[in-house]
Amino acid sequence: MRIFAPVSLCLLLLSTAYVFSQAKEGSALPANSQQQAKGNAVHNATQRDGQVVFEQNCSRCHNTPQGFSPRISGTVVRHMRVRAGLSAEDEKALLRFFNP
Amino acid sequence: MGTLLTLRYCILRRPACAVSLFAALLWNMPALVAQDVPLLSGGVGFLTNTNAGNTTYQTVAVPVLEAPIGQHLLVESRANILETFSPQGNGQGYDHSTFLGLSYLQADYIATPHITVVGGYFLTPFGTYNERLSPIWISSLDAPLIFSIGTMGSGSGTGGMLRGNAYSTDKVSISYAAYFSAGSTNKEFQSSRSTGGQVYAYFPQARLEVGASYGRSLEGTQLSNAYGAHLWWEPAKIPLKLRSEYAHGAHSQGYWIETDYRLSQFSGADSLIGRLEPVFRLQQTFRNSPDPSDFLPGADTQRVDFGLNYHLPHELRINAQYARQFSSTENFNIWETGIVYRFLFPAWKGKSK
Repeated sequence: MRIFAPVSLCLLLLSTAYVFSQAKEGSALPANSQQQAKGNAVHNATQRDGQVVFEQNCSRCHNTPQGFSPRISGTVVRHMRVRAGLSAEDEKALLRFFNP
Repeated sequence: MGTLLTLRYCILRRPACAVSLFAALLWNMPALVAQDVPLLSGGVGFLTNTNAGNTTYQTVAVPVLEAPIGQHLLVESRANILETFSPQGNGQGYDHSTFLGLSYLQADYIATPHITVVGGYFLTPFGTYNERLSPIWISSLDAPLIFSIGTMGSGSGTGGMLRGNAYSTDKVSISYAAYFSAGSTNKEFQSSRSTGGQVYAYFPQARLEVGASYGRSLEGTQLSNAYGAHLWWEPAKIPLKLRSEYAHGAHSQGYWIETDYRLSQFSGADSLIGRLEPVFRLQQTFRNSPDPSDFLPGADTQRVDFGLNYHLPHELRINAQYARQFSSTENFNIWETGIVYRFLFPAWKGKSK
Protein backbone atom coordinates (compact mmCIF):
# COMPACT_ATOMS: atom_id res chain seq x y z
CA MET A 1 0.00 0.00 0.00
CA ARG A 2 2.89 2.36 0.72
CA ILE A 3 3.90 2.49 -2.88
CA PHE A 4 0.41 2.64 -4.32
CA ALA A 5 0.33 6.44 -4.64
CA PRO A 6 3.72 6.82 -6.35
CA VAL A 7 3.10 3.88 -8.65
CA SER A 8 -0.26 5.40 -9.65
CA LEU A 9 1.46 8.69 -10.31
CA CYS A 10 4.04 6.99 -12.48
CA LEU A 11 1.37 5.19 -14.48
CA LEU A 12 -0.46 8.47 -14.93
CA LEU A 13 2.73 10.15 -16.19
CA LEU A 14 3.43 7.28 -18.56
CA SER A 15 -0.06 7.30 -20.02
CA THR A 16 -0.01 11.11 -20.42
CA ALA A 17 3.31 10.92 -22.23
CA TYR A 18 2.00 8.14 -24.47
CA VAL A 19 -1.09 10.16 -25.41
CA PHE A 20 1.10 13.20 -26.21
CA SER A 21 3.46 11.16 -28.34
CA GLN A 22 0.58 9.64 -30.31
CA ALA A 23 -1.00 13.04 -30.85
CA LYS A 24 2.20 14.36 -32.40
CA GLU A 25 2.78 11.28 -34.56
CA GLY A 26 1.25 12.65 -37.76
CA SER A 27 2.90 16.05 -37.91
CA ALA A 28 6.30 15.51 -36.39
CA LEU A 29 8.06 13.97 -39.39
CA PRO A 30 9.79 16.97 -40.92
CA ALA A 31 9.26 17.72 -44.60
CA ASN A 32 12.99 17.63 -44.96
CA SER A 33 13.03 13.97 -43.82
CA GLN A 34 10.31 13.08 -46.29
CA GLN A 35 12.31 14.61 -49.12
CA GLN A 36 15.37 12.72 -48.02
CA ALA A 37 13.40 9.47 -47.98
CA LYS A 38 12.42 10.07 -51.61
CA GLY A 39 15.93 10.79 -52.68
CA ASN A 40 18.30 8.05 -53.66
CA ALA A 41 21.53 9.62 -52.51
CA VAL A 42 23.44 7.18 -50.35
CA HIS A 43 25.23 10.08 -48.71
CA ASN A 44 21.98 11.48 -47.35
CA ALA A 45 20.90 8.07 -46.14
CA THR A 46 24.09 7.50 -44.20
CA GLN A 47 23.86 10.99 -42.77
CA ARG A 48 20.34 10.26 -41.60
CA ASP A 49 21.47 6.94 -40.12
CA GLY A 50 24.10 8.77 -38.11
CA GLN A 51 21.60 11.35 -36.94
CA VAL A 52 19.23 8.61 -35.84
CA VAL A 53 22.04 6.87 -33.94
CA PHE A 54 22.86 10.18 -32.27
CA GLU A 55 19.26 10.86 -31.29
CA GLN A 56 18.63 7.32 -30.10
CA ASN A 57 21.77 6.97 -28.05
CA CYS A 58 23.78 10.09 -27.20
CA SER A 59 20.83 12.47 -26.75
CA ARG A 60 19.17 10.16 -24.27
CA CYS A 61 21.61 11.17 -21.55
CA HIS A 62 23.02 14.55 -22.48
CA ASN A 63 22.23 17.60 -24.57
CA THR A 64 23.69 17.97 -28.01
CA PRO A 65 27.09 19.69 -27.76
CA GLN A 66 27.03 23.07 -29.50
CA GLY A 67 29.65 22.01 -31.99
CA PHE A 68 33.15 20.63 -31.55
CA SER A 69 36.29 20.32 -33.62
CA PRO A 70 36.21 17.58 -36.29
CA ARG A 71 39.68 16.62 -35.05
CA ILE A 72 38.12 15.00 -31.96
CA SER A 73 35.09 13.44 -33.62
CA GLY A 74 36.74 10.00 -33.77
CA THR A 75 37.66 10.22 -30.09
CA VAL A 76 34.12 11.26 -29.13
CA VAL A 77 32.65 8.37 -31.11
CA ARG A 78 35.04 5.82 -29.63
CA HIS A 79 34.15 7.02 -26.12
CA MET A 80 30.45 6.73 -26.96
CA ARG A 81 30.94 3.25 -28.35
CA VAL A 82 32.40 2.04 -25.06
CA ARG A 83 30.13 4.03 -22.74
CA ALA A 84 26.82 3.66 -24.56
CA GLY A 85 27.31 0.12 -25.85
CA LEU A 86 27.11 1.13 -29.51
CA SER A 87 27.53 -1.50 -32.20
CA ALA A 88 30.38 -1.23 -34.71
CA GLU A 89 27.87 -0.17 -37.41
CA ASP A 90 26.44 2.54 -35.19
CA GLU A 91 29.95 3.80 -34.53
CA LYS A 92 30.63 4.13 -38.26
CA ALA A 93 27.30 5.85 -38.92
CA LEU A 94 27.93 8.30 -36.08
CA LEU A 95 31.40 9.12 -37.39
CA ARG A 96 29.97 9.81 -40.84
CA PHE A 97 27.32 12.02 -39.25
CA PHE A 98 29.99 14.10 -37.51
CA ASN A 99 32.10 14.26 -40.68
CA PRO A 100 29.73 14.54 -43.66
CA MET B 1 35.79 20.80 -68.86
CA GLY B 2 36.15 24.50 -68.20
CA THR B 3 37.30 23.71 -64.65
CA LEU B 4 39.97 21.32 -65.94
CA LEU B 5 41.26 23.95 -68.33
CA THR B 6 41.40 26.47 -65.52
CA LEU B 7 43.33 23.98 -63.37
CA ARG B 8 45.78 23.30 -66.23
CA TYR B 9 46.25 27.03 -66.73
CA CYS B 10 46.82 27.52 -63.03
CA ILE B 11 49.37 24.72 -62.72
CA LEU B 12 51.33 25.64 -65.85
CA ARG B 13 51.27 29.40 -65.81
CA ARG B 14 50.62 30.42 -62.22
CA PRO B 15 52.50 28.21 -59.73
CA ALA B 16 51.44 30.42 -56.82
CA CYS B 17 47.82 30.03 -57.86
CA ALA B 18 48.24 26.24 -58.01
CA VAL B 19 49.75 26.15 -54.53
CA SER B 20 46.85 28.21 -53.21
CA LEU B 21 44.38 25.89 -54.90
CA PHE B 22 46.09 22.83 -53.41
CA ALA B 23 46.09 24.42 -49.95
CA ALA B 24 42.41 25.25 -50.30
CA LEU B 25 41.65 21.66 -51.30
CA LEU B 26 43.51 20.31 -48.27
CA TRP B 27 41.75 22.79 -45.99
CA ASN B 28 38.35 21.68 -47.21
CA MET B 29 39.02 17.97 -47.04
CA PRO B 30 37.95 16.84 -43.56
CA ALA B 31 38.56 13.20 -44.46
CA LEU B 32 42.28 13.91 -44.49
CA VAL B 33 42.27 15.51 -41.07
CA ALA B 34 42.98 13.32 -38.05
CA GLN B 35 39.77 12.68 -36.13
CA ASP B 36 41.27 10.89 -33.15
CA VAL B 37 43.08 13.70 -31.38
CA PRO B 38 42.92 13.39 -27.57
CA LEU B 39 40.27 15.59 -26.02
CA LEU B 40 39.63 17.44 -22.82
CA SER B 41 36.06 17.68 -21.69
CA GLY B 42 34.11 18.05 -18.50
CA GLY B 43 32.36 20.68 -16.49
CA VAL B 44 32.97 23.38 -13.93
CA GLY B 45 30.31 24.69 -11.62
CA PHE B 46 29.35 26.67 -8.58
CA LEU B 47 26.70 25.03 -6.41
CA THR B 48 24.83 25.99 -3.26
CA ASN B 49 22.95 23.69 -0.90
CA THR B 50 20.68 24.94 1.88
CA ASN B 51 19.63 22.29 4.37
CA ALA B 52 17.87 23.15 7.64
CA GLY B 53 18.92 26.79 7.32
CA ASN B 54 22.61 26.06 6.73
CA THR B 55 24.00 26.94 3.34
CA THR B 56 27.02 25.19 1.89
CA TYR B 57 28.87 26.54 -1.14
CA GLN B 58 30.85 24.37 -3.47
CA THR B 59 33.05 24.99 -6.47
CA VAL B 60 33.41 21.92 -8.65
CA ALA B 61 35.71 21.05 -11.55
CA VAL B 62 35.24 17.72 -13.29
CA PRO B 63 37.82 17.32 -16.06
CA VAL B 64 37.62 14.38 -18.45
CA LEU B 65 40.51 13.18 -20.60
CA GLU B 66 40.00 10.86 -23.58
CA ALA B 67 43.14 9.68 -25.37
CA PRO B 68 42.87 7.16 -28.19
CA ILE B 69 45.97 5.10 -28.95
CA GLY B 70 46.03 3.32 -32.28
CA GLN B 71 42.83 1.95 -33.76
CA HIS B 72 41.54 -0.09 -30.83
CA LEU B 73 42.66 1.47 -27.58
CA LEU B 74 41.19 4.34 -25.58
CA VAL B 75 42.55 5.64 -22.28
CA GLU B 76 40.05 7.75 -20.37
CA SER B 77 39.83 9.39 -17.00
CA ARG B 78 37.56 11.65 -15.02
CA ALA B 79 38.54 13.52 -11.87
CA ASN B 80 36.59 15.49 -9.29
CA ILE B 81 38.07 18.59 -7.71
CA LEU B 82 35.83 20.09 -5.04
CA GLU B 83 36.25 23.07 -2.76
CA THR B 84 33.52 23.17 -0.13
CA PHE B 85 32.69 26.07 2.17
CA SER B 86 30.38 24.98 4.99
CA PRO B 87 29.15 26.85 8.09
CA GLN B 88 30.90 26.00 11.34
CA GLY B 89 27.81 26.62 13.45
CA ASN B 90 27.06 29.12 16.22
CA GLY B 91 27.85 31.94 13.85
CA GLN B 92 31.56 31.07 13.79
CA GLY B 93 31.90 31.67 10.08
CA TYR B 94 32.76 29.19 7.39
CA ASP B 95 35.20 26.33 7.19
CA HIS B 96 36.48 24.99 3.89
CA SER B 97 37.76 21.65 2.68
CA THR B 98 39.28 20.43 -0.56
CA PHE B 99 38.69 17.10 -2.21
CA LEU B 100 40.52 15.63 -5.16
CA GLY B 101 39.57 12.20 -6.42
CA LEU B 102 39.24 10.10 -9.51
CA SER B 103 35.97 8.67 -10.76
CA TYR B 104 37.73 6.47 -13.27
CA LEU B 105 41.08 5.92 -14.97
CA GLN B 106 40.73 3.08 -17.40
CA ALA B 107 42.00 1.61 -20.65
CA ASP B 108 39.40 0.29 -23.11
CA TYR B 109 40.55 -2.16 -25.72
CA ILE B 110 38.01 -2.81 -28.49
CA ALA B 111 38.92 -6.45 -29.10
CA THR B 112 36.08 -7.51 -31.41
CA PRO B 113 32.87 -5.86 -32.68
CA HIS B 114 31.13 -7.34 -29.63
CA ILE B 115 33.76 -7.27 -26.88
CA THR B 116 35.59 -4.39 -25.27
CA VAL B 117 38.09 -5.23 -22.54
CA VAL B 118 38.33 -2.61 -19.82
CA GLY B 119 41.12 -2.52 -17.27
CA GLY B 120 41.98 -0.11 -14.49
CA TYR B 121 39.73 1.94 -12.23
CA PHE B 122 36.23 2.05 -13.67
CA LEU B 123 32.69 3.10 -12.77
CA THR B 124 30.71 0.18 -11.38
CA PRO B 125 28.11 -0.87 -13.97
CA PHE B 126 25.01 -1.13 -11.80
CA GLY B 127 21.79 0.66 -12.67
CA THR B 128 22.00 3.76 -14.81
CA TYR B 129 22.82 6.75 -12.61
CA ASN B 130 26.46 5.97 -11.92
CA GLU B 131 27.68 5.55 -15.49
CA ARG B 132 25.29 7.82 -17.36
CA LEU B 133 23.91 10.61 -15.20
CA SER B 134 26.48 11.35 -12.50
CA PRO B 135 28.48 14.07 -14.35
CA ILE B 136 27.43 17.55 -13.18
CA TRP B 137 26.78 18.71 -16.75
CA ILE B 138 24.22 15.93 -17.28
CA SER B 139 21.99 15.59 -14.22
CA SER B 140 21.12 18.64 -12.16
CA LEU B 141 19.60 16.63 -9.31
CA ASP B 142 21.43 14.97 -6.41
CA ALA B 143 22.36 11.30 -6.57
CA PRO B 144 19.35 9.09 -5.81
CA LEU B 145 18.99 7.67 -2.29
CA ILE B 146 19.55 4.12 -3.57
CA PHE B 147 22.77 5.08 -5.36
CA SER B 148 25.01 2.99 -3.10
CA ILE B 149 23.09 -0.27 -3.62
CA GLY B 150 25.10 -2.32 -6.09
CA THR B 151 27.71 0.36 -6.73
CA MET B 152 29.70 -0.96 -3.73
CA GLY B 153 30.06 2.30 -1.84
CA SER B 154 32.62 4.24 -3.83
CA GLY B 155 30.87 3.75 -7.16
CA SER B 156 34.10 2.55 -8.76
CA GLY B 157 35.97 -0.73 -9.04
CA THR B 158 39.61 -1.66 -9.55
CA GLY B 159 40.12 -4.57 -11.89
CA GLY B 160 38.74 -5.68 -15.21
CA MET B 161 35.52 -5.63 -17.13
CA LEU B 162 34.15 -7.05 -20.35
CA ARG B 163 31.47 -5.04 -22.05
CA GLY B 164 30.00 -4.36 -25.44
CA ASN B 165 27.09 -4.72 -27.75
CA ALA B 166 26.03 -8.35 -28.04
CA TYR B 167 23.34 -8.03 -30.65
CA SER B 168 22.03 -5.15 -32.70
CA THR B 169 19.30 -4.82 -35.31
CA ASP B 170 16.91 -2.04 -36.29
CA LYS B 171 14.46 -3.35 -33.72
CA VAL B 172 16.58 -4.17 -30.70
CA SER B 173 20.05 -3.64 -29.35
CA ILE B 174 21.37 -5.74 -26.47
CA SER B 175 24.39 -4.59 -24.47
CA TYR B 176 26.17 -6.08 -21.49
CA ALA B 177 28.91 -5.49 -18.92
CA ALA B 178 30.54 -7.92 -16.48
CA TYR B 179 33.29 -6.99 -14.05
CA PHE B 180 35.50 -8.12 -11.23
CA SER B 181 36.95 -5.63 -8.78
CA ALA B 182 39.64 -6.10 -6.15
CA GLY B 183 39.43 -4.33 -2.82
CA SER B 184 41.54 -1.19 -2.57
CA THR B 185 41.97 1.26 0.27
CA ASN B 186 44.24 3.55 -1.73
CA LYS B 187 43.00 7.11 -1.29
CA GLU B 188 42.65 7.73 -5.04
CA PHE B 189 41.42 4.27 -6.03
CA GLN B 190 38.99 3.19 -3.34
CA SER B 191 37.02 0.08 -4.21
CA SER B 192 35.47 -3.01 -2.71
CA ARG B 193 36.20 -6.59 -3.65
CA SER B 194 33.15 -7.38 -5.71
CA THR B 195 31.80 -8.74 -8.94
CA GLY B 196 28.70 -8.12 -11.00
CA GLY B 197 27.34 -6.85 -14.23
CA GLN B 198 24.35 -5.76 -16.16
CA VAL B 199 22.48 -6.45 -19.36
CA TYR B 200 19.99 -4.19 -21.09
CA ALA B 201 17.87 -4.21 -24.19
CA TYR B 202 17.11 -1.05 -26.10
CA PHE B 203 14.23 -0.90 -28.55
CA PRO B 204 15.10 2.08 -30.79
CA GLN B 205 11.74 2.37 -32.54
CA ALA B 206 9.88 2.65 -29.24
CA ARG B 207 12.82 4.46 -27.59
CA LEU B 208 12.41 2.09 -24.69
CA GLU B 209 15.16 0.49 -22.62
CA VAL B 210 14.85 -2.22 -20.00
CA GLY B 211 17.76 -3.63 -18.09
CA ALA B 212 18.83 -5.69 -15.11
CA SER B 213 21.89 -5.39 -12.89
CA TYR B 214 23.58 -7.68 -10.41
CA GLY B 215 26.32 -7.03 -7.90
CA ARG B 216 27.94 -9.28 -5.32
CA SER B 217 30.09 -7.91 -2.54
CA LEU B 218 32.99 -10.22 -1.69
CA GLU B 219 34.38 -8.15 1.15
CA GLY B 220 35.52 -10.25 4.14
CA THR B 221 32.91 -12.64 5.37
CA GLN B 222 29.98 -10.36 4.50
CA LEU B 223 29.01 -11.75 1.14
CA SER B 224 25.87 -10.06 -0.11
CA ASN B 225 23.97 -9.65 -3.32
CA ALA B 226 22.34 -6.63 -4.92
CA TYR B 227 19.80 -6.72 -7.70
CA GLY B 228 18.56 -3.92 -9.84
CA ALA B 229 16.26 -3.16 -12.74
CA HIS B 230 15.76 -0.07 -14.82
CA LEU B 231 13.36 1.25 -17.39
CA TRP B 232 13.91 4.31 -19.57
CA TRP B 233 11.59 5.75 -22.13
CA GLU B 234 12.10 8.80 -24.33
CA PRO B 235 9.17 9.24 -26.72
CA ALA B 236 10.53 10.14 -30.15
CA LYS B 237 8.04 12.90 -30.86
CA ILE B 238 8.22 14.94 -27.68
CA PRO B 239 11.26 16.09 -25.68
CA LEU B 240 10.26 14.10 -22.62
CA LYS B 241 12.47 11.68 -20.72
CA LEU B 242 11.22 9.12 -18.27
CA ARG B 243 13.81 7.26 -16.26
CA SER B 244 13.33 4.83 -13.44
CA GLU B 245 15.35 2.42 -11.43
CA TYR B 246 14.78 -0.13 -8.69
CA ALA B 247 17.48 -1.67 -6.50
CA HIS B 248 17.38 -4.31 -3.81
CA GLY B 249 20.27 -4.69 -1.38
CA ALA B 250 20.93 -6.97 1.56
CA HIS B 251 19.27 -4.68 4.11
CA SER B 252 17.32 -2.14 2.11
CA GLN B 253 15.64 -1.48 -1.17
CA GLY B 254 14.18 1.42 -3.07
CA TYR B 255 13.35 3.02 -6.34
CA TRP B 256 13.34 6.37 -8.12
CA ILE B 257 11.42 7.65 -11.08
CA GLU B 258 12.35 10.85 -12.85
CA THR B 259 10.92 12.82 -15.68
CA ASP B 260 12.15 15.91 -17.45
CA TYR B 261 10.58 17.86 -20.21
CA ARG B 262 12.52 20.42 -22.25
CA LEU B 263 10.06 23.06 -23.43
CA SER B 264 11.64 23.10 -26.90
CA GLN B 265 8.25 22.47 -28.52
CA PHE B 266 7.45 26.08 -27.75
CA SER B 267 9.27 28.15 -30.40
CA GLY B 268 12.32 25.87 -30.54
CA ALA B 269 15.09 24.82 -28.20
CA ASP B 270 16.88 28.18 -28.47
CA SER B 271 13.87 30.34 -27.64
CA LEU B 272 13.36 32.03 -24.29
CA ILE B 273 10.81 29.41 -23.22
CA GLY B 274 12.43 26.52 -25.07
CA ARG B 275 15.54 26.77 -22.93
CA LEU B 276 13.56 25.81 -19.82
CA GLU B 277 13.59 22.24 -18.56
CA PRO B 278 11.49 21.27 -15.54
CA VAL B 279 12.60 18.09 -13.80
CA PHE B 280 10.72 15.97 -11.29
CA ARG B 281 11.90 12.98 -9.33
CA LEU B 282 10.11 10.77 -6.83
CA GLN B 283 11.97 8.24 -4.74
CA GLN B 284 11.39 5.88 -1.83
CA THR B 285 13.66 3.68 0.23
CA PHE B 286 12.63 0.85 2.54
CA ARG B 287 14.78 -0.32 5.40
CA ASN B 288 14.59 -4.10 6.00
CA SER B 289 17.17 -4.27 8.76
CA PRO B 290 19.76 -1.89 10.26
CA ASP B 291 23.00 -1.47 8.31
CA PRO B 292 24.87 1.81 8.72
CA SER B 293 27.41 0.75 6.08
CA ASP B 294 25.01 0.75 3.13
CA PHE B 295 24.64 4.59 3.16
CA LEU B 296 20.84 4.44 2.81
CA PRO B 297 18.57 6.28 5.29
CA GLY B 298 18.10 4.45 8.58
CA ALA B 299 14.30 4.54 8.29
CA ASP B 300 11.82 4.25 5.46
CA THR B 301 12.10 7.48 3.49
CA GLN B 302 10.20 9.29 0.76
CA ARG B 303 11.58 12.21 -1.17
CA VAL B 304 10.35 14.45 -3.96
CA ASP B 305 12.60 16.71 -6.02
CA PHE B 306 11.47 19.57 -8.20
CA GLY B 307 14.13 21.04 -10.44
CA LEU B 308 14.21 23.74 -13.05
CA ASN B 309 17.05 24.00 -15.54
CA TYR B 310 17.68 26.89 -17.88
CA HIS B 311 20.03 26.17 -20.76
CA LEU B 312 21.90 29.32 -21.75
CA PRO B 313 23.99 29.56 -24.94
CA HIS B 314 27.61 28.39 -24.92
CA GLU B 315 26.96 25.22 -22.90
CA LEU B 316 26.01 27.09 -19.75
CA ARG B 317 23.21 25.83 -17.52
CA ILE B 318 21.56 27.41 -14.52
CA ASN B 319 19.57 25.14 -12.26
CA ALA B 320 17.47 25.37 -9.12
CA GLN B 321 16.06 22.55 -7.08
CA TYR B 322 13.72 22.09 -4.17
CA ALA B 323 13.43 18.75 -2.40
CA ARG B 324 11.33 17.60 0.54
CA GLN B 325 12.34 14.46 2.40
CA PHE B 326 9.95 12.56 4.68
CA SER B 327 10.79 9.83 7.16
CA SER B 328 9.78 8.70 10.64
CA THR B 329 12.93 10.28 12.08
CA GLU B 330 12.60 13.75 10.52
CA ASN B 331 11.19 15.76 7.64
CA PHE B 332 13.24 18.48 6.03
CA ASN B 333 13.65 20.71 2.99
CA ILE B 334 16.63 21.01 0.70
CA TRP B 335 17.20 23.98 -1.58
CA GLU B 336 19.89 23.92 -4.20
CA THR B 337 21.09 26.21 -6.95
CA GLY B 338 23.90 25.89 -9.42
CA ILE B 339 25.55 27.20 -12.52
CA VAL B 340 27.46 24.71 -14.66
CA TYR B 341 29.62 25.20 -17.74
CA ARG B 342 30.42 22.25 -19.98
CA PHE B 343 33.54 22.29 -22.16
CA LEU B 344 34.83 20.04 -24.93
CA PHE B 345 37.93 20.70 -27.04
CA PRO B 346 41.02 18.99 -28.47
CA ALA B 347 43.81 18.44 -25.97
CA TRP B 348 46.34 19.48 -28.62
CA LYS B 349 46.61 20.23 -32.28
CA GLY B 350 46.48 17.00 -34.23
CA LYS B 351 48.55 16.05 -37.24
CA SER B 352 46.97 15.55 -40.65
CA LYS B 353 46.93 11.99 -41.85
